[in-house]
Amino acid sequence: MIDYVWLIPLFPLIGFLINGLFGSRFKENHIGTIASAAIGLSFIVSVTIFFQVLQLPASERSISRIIYTWIQTGDFQVNIGFLIDPLSLVMLLVVTGVGFLIHVYSIGYMHGDRSFARYFAYLNLFTFSMLLLVLADNFLLLFVGWEGVGLCSYLLIGFWFENNDYADAGRKAFVVNRIGDFGFLLGMFLIFQHFGSLNFNAVFSQAPEVLTTGLATAICLLLFLGATGKSAQIPLYVWLPDAMAGPTPVSALIHAATMVTAGVYMVARCHVLFLSSPFVLNLVAIIGICTAFLAATIALVSNDIKKVLAYSTISQLGYMFLACGVGAFGAAIFHVSTHAYFKALLFLSAGSVMHALGNETDMTKMGGLRKKLPITYRFFLIGALALAGVPLFSGFFSKDEILWKAASSPFGGFWLWFAGAAVAGLTAFYTFRLIFMIFHGRSRVSKEVATHIHESPKIMTVPLGILAVLAIVGGYIGIPHIFNKFEHFLEPVFTRYVHGEILESTHDLPSLELGFMGISILIAFLGIGIAYIFYVARPNLADEVAGKARGVYLFFCSKWYVDEVYDTIIVRPIKLISDLVLWRWLDIKVIDGFVNQIAHVIGKGSDILRRVETGVIQNYALSIVFGAVVLIGYFLLRQ
Amino acid sequence: MDFPILTLLTFSPVLATAILLFIKNDQEVVLKNVAFLSSLAIFLLSLPLYFSFENKAGMQFVESYSWIPAFGVNYHVAIDGISLFMVLLTTFLTPIVILASWNAVSKNLKGYLVSMLLLETGILGVFVSMDLFLFYVFWEVMLIPMYFLIGIWGGENRIYAAIKFFLYTITGSLLMLVAILVLYFYHGGLTGEYTFNILKIQQIHIPLGYQTWLFLGFGLSFAIKVPLFPFHTWLPDAHVEAPTGGSVILAGVLLKMGIYGFLRFCFPLFPSAIEQFTPLIFILAVIGIIYGALVAMVQPDLKKLVAYSSVSHLGFVMLGIFALNNQGVQGGLIQMVNHGLSTGALFLIVGMLYERRHTRLIADFGGLAKQLPVFTTFFMIITLSSIGLPGLNGFVGEYLILLGIFLNNKVYAVIAATGVILAAVYMLQMFQRTMFGKLDKKENQNLRDLSKREIAVLLPILAFIIFIGVYPNAFLKKMEPTVEALIQTVKDKQIVSLNPEKDLAFKNILNDEENK
Repeated sequence: MIDYVWLIPLFPLIGFLINGLFGSRFKENHIGTIASAAIGLSFIVSVTIFFQVLQLPASERSISRIIYTWIQTGDFQVNIGFLIDPLSLVMLLVVTGVGFLIHVYSIGYMHGDRSFARYFAYLNLFTFSMLLLVLADNFLLLFVGWEGVGLCSYLLIGFWFENNDYADAGRKAFVVNRIGDFGFLLGMFLIFQHFGSLNFNAVFSQAPEVLTTGLATAICLLLFLGATGKSAQIPLYVWLPDAMAGPTPVSALIHAATMVTAGVYMVARCHVLFLSSPFVLNLVAIIGICTAFLAATIALVSNDIKKVLAYSTISQLGYMFLACGVGAFGAAIFHVSTHAYFKALLFLSAGSVMHALGNETDMTKMGGLRKKLPITYRFFLIGALALAGVPLFSGFFSKDEILWKAASSPFGGFWLWFAGAAVAGLTAFYTFRLIFMIFHGRSRVSKEVATHIHESPKIMTVPLGILAVLAIVGGYIGIPHIFNKFEHFLEPVFTRYVHGEILESTHDLPSLELGFMGISILIAFLGIGIAYIFYVARPNLADEVAGKARGVYLFFCSKWYVDEVYDTIIVRPIKLISDLVLWRWLDIKVIDGFVNQIAHVIGKGSDILRRVETGVIQNYALSIVFGAVVLIGYFLLRQ
Repeated sequence: MDFPILTLLTFSPVLATAILLFIKNDQEVVLKNVAFLSSLAIFLLSLPLYFSFENKAGMQFVESYSWIPAFGVNYHVAIDGISLFMVLLTTFLTPIVILASWNAVSKNLKGYLVSMLLLETGILGVFVSMDLFLFYVFWEVMLIPMYFLIGIWGGENRIYAAIKFFLYTITGSLLMLVAILVLYFYHGGLTGEYTFNILKIQQIHIPLGYQTWLFLGFGLSFAIKVPLFPFHTWLPDAHVEAPTGGSVILAGVLLKMGIYGFLRFCFPLFPSAIEQFTPLIFILAVIGIIYGALVAMVQPDLKKLVAYSSVSHLGFVMLGIFALNNQGVQGGLIQMVNHGLSTGALFLIVGMLYERRHTRLIADFGGLAKQLPVFTTFFMIITLSSIGLPGLNGFVGEYLILLGIFLNNKVYAVIAATGVILAAVYMLQMFQRTMFGKLDKKENQNLRDLSKREIAVLLPILAFIIFIGVYPNAFLKKMEPTVEALIQTVKDKQIVSLNPEKDLAFKNILNDEENK
C-alpha cells in the first residue's frame, strides 16, 4: 500500500474537481457525500499505511516515493515526492481523521447555503494542499502545500464574500502569510545554496558537515518567520482572529486543528537545523511563550465566542513553539494532535451553539443554555476540560509534557516553565468563562431567538461525539512513563540525524516530574475556580474588577492595539507614499513630465525654425549668398 | 534544410491578409472567420516546432538565402531554445486575440484584422531573424500595425498614446541602427567579410570601450521595449488607450522582444559591457519591481493597474536573465511565457468587463462575483497565477528567478522578494474591489456571465497556466541546452576581454575605415 501513497492526496483532489466543476448541478447530499467520501478514502489509505509502517523495524520507518521530476534547471532539481515516516503519519491521521469528521459535520452546518458546492470544493482543495504539505519530501513541495492551504484559508475566510469585512479578513490572512512566506522562500534559497538540494533527507543528513552556527541561525530565522505567519505567532498572528469570519467548521479544521499547526510541523521537521542554532531555538521558545501569554490575555476579555477560541488557538500554538524551542519536538507534535481533537471539538460545539441561536456569537446574549442544548453542552464541557488541562483529559497530558520539558530540558529553564504555568492558569480561567457565560447563569437570549433554540441534527452531533471521545482518550497514548507510545513512535524521526545527548532530558527523576504535574493541576483548578466565582457565584464581580482595572481591561479589549500600530506605521504610509509621491509626483510629473518636455522643446524649436521658411524668394537668395561667402571664406583662410 | 517551416510561419499571416483583401468590408462574419481560422492554422503549423525541436544548443530549422549580396545581407532565419517559446507564444496568442475582438471592434473591422495579422508577421520575424539587417526590418515593420492599432481602434486619448509609443520606440531603434552599422563595418574590417549574420559577428571579439557604446545603442532600445524603469511611461498610456487585442499582444509578446534582444544580441556580443552594466541593470530592475508594484497598488483604473504590474513583472525577468545562471535565465525565459499568458489574460478579462460596462474604473464595480460566477472563477485563477501561487505557472518563473538572483547577489534577491508580497497586496485588493462586497450598483446587476466564445478565449490560456505550474519541465528541458551554452559563451568571453591588446587592434581597424 505504501507505493500507493499518492492516493492520499489524490482523492481530495478528485473531490475538489468534481464538486468544483459540476457541483452546482448536484444535490446537497451528493456534494457532501462526494467530498466526505474523498477524505474518508484518504483516511483509510492513511490508516492502512500506518499499520504497515508499524510492522517495520523502527529504523526503517522512513520511506520516500518519487512521482516525477517537477522542476529541473542545471543542478537544481525538485521532485514531486512523498515521505512517509512517523511524523508525517501522525499528521496524516490527524488531517484526514479530523478532516473527515468536519466534512461530515459541515453537511449539516452548511445546509441550505447558496454556495454549498463551492464550500465543499474549497474544503477538499484545502485537504489536498494540507496532505501535500505533510507528505512532501522536500522544502519546495512543502511550500506548495503551504501556499495552497493559505489560498484555501483565504477563500474560506472570505467565503461569504458579499460582506466586505469578511473579504477584508481573507485578504489580510493571505497578505500576512505572504510576509511569512517571504522568509520561507529566502530560507529555501539559502538552504539550496549551501546544501545543493531541497530534499529533506539530503539536507538533514549533510547538516552536521555543512552547517555553521551562523548559517543555521540565518536559515532558521527565515524559516521561523514563515512559521510565525502560518502558525499565527508574534509578530504575524494578527490575521487569525479576523479569520473567524469564515464558516465555523472552517475555523475548526483550518484555523485550529490543521493548517495553523503547519508551522509547528515544519519546525519539527527541520529540527536538525534548529538544534544547530541555540539562539533561534531560544527565540522560538520565547516567541512561543510570549504569544501564548498575549493571546491568553485577550481571550480573557473577549465576548465573542469564536474570538475567544481563536485567541486560545494562538495561545496553544505558542505552547507548541515553546516545546519546539526547548527541543521537545515530540511533545510539540503530541500537543498538535491532542489540540486538534479538543479544539475542533470546541469550535464545532460553538458552531452547534451558533446554529441553535441563529448565528449569534456574542456571549453576552447567551447564558443558561445548558438545559436547552444538553448534548452540545456535554461535548463543549469535555473540550473545555481538555483545554483547561484537567487531569485525565488529553490536553492535560500534552500540556504537562510541554511544561515539564520546559523546566527540565537543557534548552529550558525555570522562567519558561513558570510563564507556561501562569498561562495555563489564564487558559483554565477563560475556558470556563466561556462555559459559564454560555451555558450557566441566567439566560440573556432575546425572546425571538429563544423560541427557535434547537439541538443540532445527528449529522452534526455524531462527529462531535467522536471528537469528544478522542479529546478524552487522545492523550493516553502519550502519558509519560506509563504508555509513552507516542514519543517512542516519533523517536526515530527526531534521533535519525541528531546523535548524542542533545535531547536527553532528566527522565530519571519521576518524583520531580510528579511535583511539577501537581502544580499544574493545582493551577488548572485554580483558574476554573476563579472563573466560577466571577461568572456563577458572584456575577457582578467581573464588571467590578474590569471597572477598577479599567486601563488594563481596555488595553486587552483593544487587543493591545497591535492592529492599529501596524496600520499607522506600515500600511497607511506605504499607500500614501505610493499614491502621492511615487505615482502622482515621480511618475506623472517627473519622468513623464521630462519625456513630454523633450517633445515640447522639439516642437517649440521646430516652430521657431519654421519661421525661416518665409516663402519669400529674396530671403532664400540672400541666405544662399551669405552661406557661399562663409564657405569660401573658410576655405581661403584654411589655406 | 528541409521544409521551410519558419518562412512559412512568418509569412502565412501576410497570405491571410491577402485573402482578407478580397472580401468585402461589410461581410464581417466572413472576415472574422477567415482571420481567426487562418491564425488558428498558423498556430497548428507552429506546433511541430515544439515537437521536433531537439533538446540541444545551437540553431535549428535553419534557412539561409542570399538577399542583397552586395552588402552581405542574407535572408537567414532559425530558432533556438530561447526563441522557440517566443514564437509559440505569438502564434498561440494571435487566434485568441482575434477571437476576443469578435464583437469589440466595429469600426473598419478589415483594417483591424489586417493590422493584427501583419503584426504577427512582424513579431515572428523579429524572433526568427538571424541576420541583423533582416531583424531590423522586422523590428521596424512591427511598429506600424501596432501604431495603427492604438491610433485607430484605441480609446479617447489614442493619438497621444500612439505617437508617444511610436516616438519612444523609434528613438531607441535609431540608436540601435547606428550600433548595427558599426558592428557591420567592424566585422567587415576585421575579417574582410561584410555580413549582418549574427552568428558570425558573435565569433569576433569586440574591445571593451566599443562594447560599452554598442551595448548602450542596443540596450536603450531594448530597455524601452521591456520597459525598464525609468523608460516605462509610454506603457501605461499605450495600454490604457489600446484596444483589448492590442493590449494583449503588447503585453504578451511585444514587451518580450526587449528581453529577447538582450539575450540574443547584448549577451553574446557585448559580454564585458554586460558585466559592467549588470549592477546598474540590477538596481533599475529592482526599482521597477517595487515601484511598479507600489504604483499599481494605487491605480483607480484596471488597465493601468495591470500595466504597472507589468513593469513589476518584467523587472523580475530582467533580474533573472542578468543573474546569468541557469536558474535565473531559464526562470526569466519561462516567466516571459507566464507573463504573456497571465497578463494577456488579465487584459482580456478587463476587456470583457469593459465590453459589458464601458468603464474600467475599479470604483464602478464591486460584488460582481455574485452575478458572474464563471467569470469570477477564471479571473480568480488568473489573478492567482499573476501573484505566483505554487501549482500555477507564475510561481515556477518567479521562484527560479529569485533563486538565480539569490545565488548571484543576496541583497537584490531580498529586495526583489518583497515584490512577491506586494503583488499579493495589489492583485487581491483589485480582485476584492471588483468582485467581492455587495452588488450595490444598479448597472452591474444585470450583467451576463461569460459567453461560450469568451470561455473559448480564456480556457486555452488557463490550461497552460495550470500545465506550466504542474509540469514546467516540458518547457525547461527544451530551453536548457541553449541557455547553458549562452551562459558559457558570455562567461568565457568575459575572461578573454580582460586582455587589453585586442582593444588596440580594434582601434586600428576603425582608423582604417575612416581613412578610406
